[in-house]
Amino acid sequence: MDMTQAVLLTIITAATPLLLAAIGELIVERAGVLNLGLEGMMATGAACGFAAATVSGSTGLGVIVAMLSAMLLASLFAFVTLTLGANQVASGLALTIVGLGLSGLIGAGFVGTSRTAVPGLSMEGLSDLPGFGKVIFGQDPFVYAAWALTLLSIVFLRWTRAGLVLRSVGENQASAHAIGLPVLKIRYWAVLFGGACAGLAGAYLSLVYTPFWSPGMTAGRGWIALALVVFASWFPFRLLLGALLFGGATVLQLHAQAASLGLPSQLLSALPYLATLLALVLMSLGRRGGSAAPGSLGQSFVPDR
Amino acid sequence: MRLELVPRASVSPIVRALSPLIAIMLAGLMAALVIALMGRSPVAAFDIYIREPLGDSWALQEMGIKMIPLTLIATGLVYCFRANLWNIGAEGQYTMGAIVGSILPLATQGMELGRWLLVIALVTGAIGGALYALIPSYLRVRLGVSEILSSLMLVYIAQLILDYLVRGPWRDPKGFNFPQTVMFDKGSMLPILFEDGRLHAGLILAIIVVVASTIVLGWSLFGYAIKVIGSAPKAAGFSGFSASAISLTVFAISGGLAGLAGIVEVTGQIGQLKPSISAGYGFTAITVAFLGRLHPLGVVFGAFVVSLTAIGGENAQIMMKLPLDLTTCFQGLLLLSVLAADALASSSIRVVRTPNKEA
Repeated sequence: MDMTQAVLLTIITAATPLLLAAIGELIVERAGVLNLGLEGMMATGAACGFAAATVSGSTGLGVIVAMLSAMLLASLFAFVTLTLGANQVASGLALTIVGLGLSGLIGAGFVGTSRTAVPGLSMEGLSDLPGFGKVIFGQDPFVYAAWALTLLSIVFLRWTRAGLVLRSVGENQASAHAIGLPVLKIRYWAVLFGGACAGLAGAYLSLVYTPFWSPGMTAGRGWIALALVVFASWFPFRLLLGALLFGGATVLQLHAQAASLGLPSQLLSALPYLATLLALVLMSLGRRGGSAAPGSLGQSFVPDR
Repeated sequence: MRLELVPRASVSPIVRALSPLIAIMLAGLMAALVIALMGRSPVAAFDIYIREPLGDSWALQEMGIKMIPLTLIATGLVYCFRANLWNIGAEGQYTMGAIVGSILPLATQGMELGRWLLVIALVTGAIGGALYALIPSYLRVRLGVSEILSSLMLVYIAQLILDYLVRGPWRDPKGFNFPQTVMFDKGSMLPILFEDGRLHAGLILAIIVVVASTIVLGWSLFGYAIKVIGSAPKAAGFSGFSASAISLTVFAISGGLAGLAGIVEVTGQIGQLKPSISAGYGFTAITVAFLGRLHPLGVVFGAFVVSLTAIGGENAQIMMKLPLDLTTCFQGLLLLSVLAADALASSSIRVVRTPNKEA
C-alpha cells in the first residue's frame, strides 16, 4: 500500500465520525432546531455501543444500542424544547452535560477493555487494486454508511417532497404552520434522526476508531461537527468536503507529532480547534451581510390559533 | 392525542420563584432512579449527598470554597444570557484569567514584594479573561460568527496553552519534572478568612460582585438595555441602544469575572499553576446561572445547590463508591429540569384530542 493511499485512508477514518454526526445535525437544523447536545449524544452512544458490543459479543447489536441510546437522549431534548418550548441553546448544553455524565457512568465498568476493531471490507480483486482500490472498496461499513447518508440527504433535501416540507418548516415555521404542516411532528422526527446519527458516530469512535472506551473520548468532536454544519452552509455535499478537510487537519497533526518538528505538541493538538475557529471566520467573511442559516433556526414554536 | 402549549396570560411570582425548587426535586427523582438502577439505595445516597454535608462544618467550608468561583462566573454569565448572547466558553476565560494573572506573581517569585502584587494579579487576571472573551464577541459583532462555537473552541485552546506553559517554559525547575509552576509567595496569595480554615478572601470579592451586579442589572440604564436587547432586539434598535457595544461590554464583563474566578482560585486555593486548575467550573456555572433564574442573588442560591451536590458527590465516591460522573449527570438533568420548569411556568400544557390516530 503506497503512502498516498495510507494517508487518504487515515483522513477518511478521522472524517467519518464528524461526517456522521454532522449529517444528522444538518437535518435537525434544516428543520429549524438547534441541538447543541451532539457531544453528549456521541459520548453516550460510544459508551453504550461499546458496552453492548462487549457484553453481547455482537458489533451489530452494539451499533443498534448506540443509536437507540442517543435517540433516547434526543427524545428528552425534543420533549423539553419542542413540547415544552424551552430554550434550545441551554437545553442542548444540558443534554451535553447529561450525555457526558451518563457515558462515564455506563463506561466505568469497561475502562481498559478493548476489542478488535470492525474490519474493513475486503473484496476479491477490487480492494487490492493499486491506487485507490482500498480507499474505495476496502473501508469499514461505517464509512459507506456515512457516504450513503450524505448522498441520501442530498437527494432527500433537494428532490423529495418530504425534504421540501422539512426545509419549509425550518425556514419559516409560521408560514409552514399556516399551510397546515405539522411543524412539531416533523421536528420530532428530525431530532430523533439527528440522535441516531450521533449515536452511530459515537459507535464508530468506540468500535472502530480507537477501538476501546475511555472517558472524554469524543474530545470535542460533537462541537466540531456542529461547526462543520455552519461551515457547510447547511449543504450536505459541502459537509463531506468539510469533514475531509478536518480529517486532514487531524492527520496532519498526527504526522507532525510523529515527525517531531520541534513544535510544542500542544500547538498540534490545538490544530483541529484552531482550524474550526478559522473555518467559521472564513465562512463569515465569505458571506458578509446575509446568513445561510435556516430562517427559524433555534426558535421555539408555539402555535397560535 | 397530542400536547399543546398554551401561553399563560399572567405568571404569578410565586410560581416563578417555586419553579427552580420543583426542578431540583424533579432532577433529584431522576437521579434517585439512576442510583436505584445501579443497584444502590437512593435513601442512603440522599443522606450522603445532601444531609451529611449540611451538618458538617468541614463540608460547609468546602462548599463555600466551591461557591466562590461558581458565583463569580455565573454572575458574569447572567449579563450575557440576559442579552441572549451565549458565552459558553467561560471555562476558557477562567483558564486565561489564571494564566495572565499568574504572570507577575511567578516572575517576581521569591522577592516577597508584598500585598500590592496580589491586587495586580487579580486585576490582570480579570483583564486576561475579559480580553479572551472579547475574541468571540468581536467575531460575532463584526463578522457574524456564532459566539457559541467560537467561545467553546477557545476553551480547548486555553487549556492547551496552560498545559504548554506548565510543562514547558513555566515549569518549576526544582519540581521533579512534575508539570507545575513554583508555589506563589505568601504575599501574592489571598488571605484566609478564619484561623485554621481554608475559606479565603475570594468570598468577599464574590459578595461585592453579586451586590454590584444586582444594582447594575436591576436599577441602571445599562441593565435595562441588556434586558431590552435580549428580549426585543428590534425595539432596542429603535430606542437607540447600540447592540454591538452592549454585546462587547457584556462579554467583557462575563469574561472578566470568569478570569477573576480563575486567578482567585489560583491565589486563594491552589497556590500554583497546574494542567488542571478547574473542576469544570466554567461549564457548571451555566447550570448555576439558570438555576438562579438569571439573577445575581439567585446565582448564590444556585451555586449553593450545585456545590452541595459536588461535595456530596465527592463523599459518595469515597463512601458508597458511586462514580463522580453521577454528579455530572445530575447537574445536567438539573439544568434540563430548570429549563423545563421555566417553560411550564410561562405556559400551560393542554391535551388536544385529534381525530387522526397518529400521535
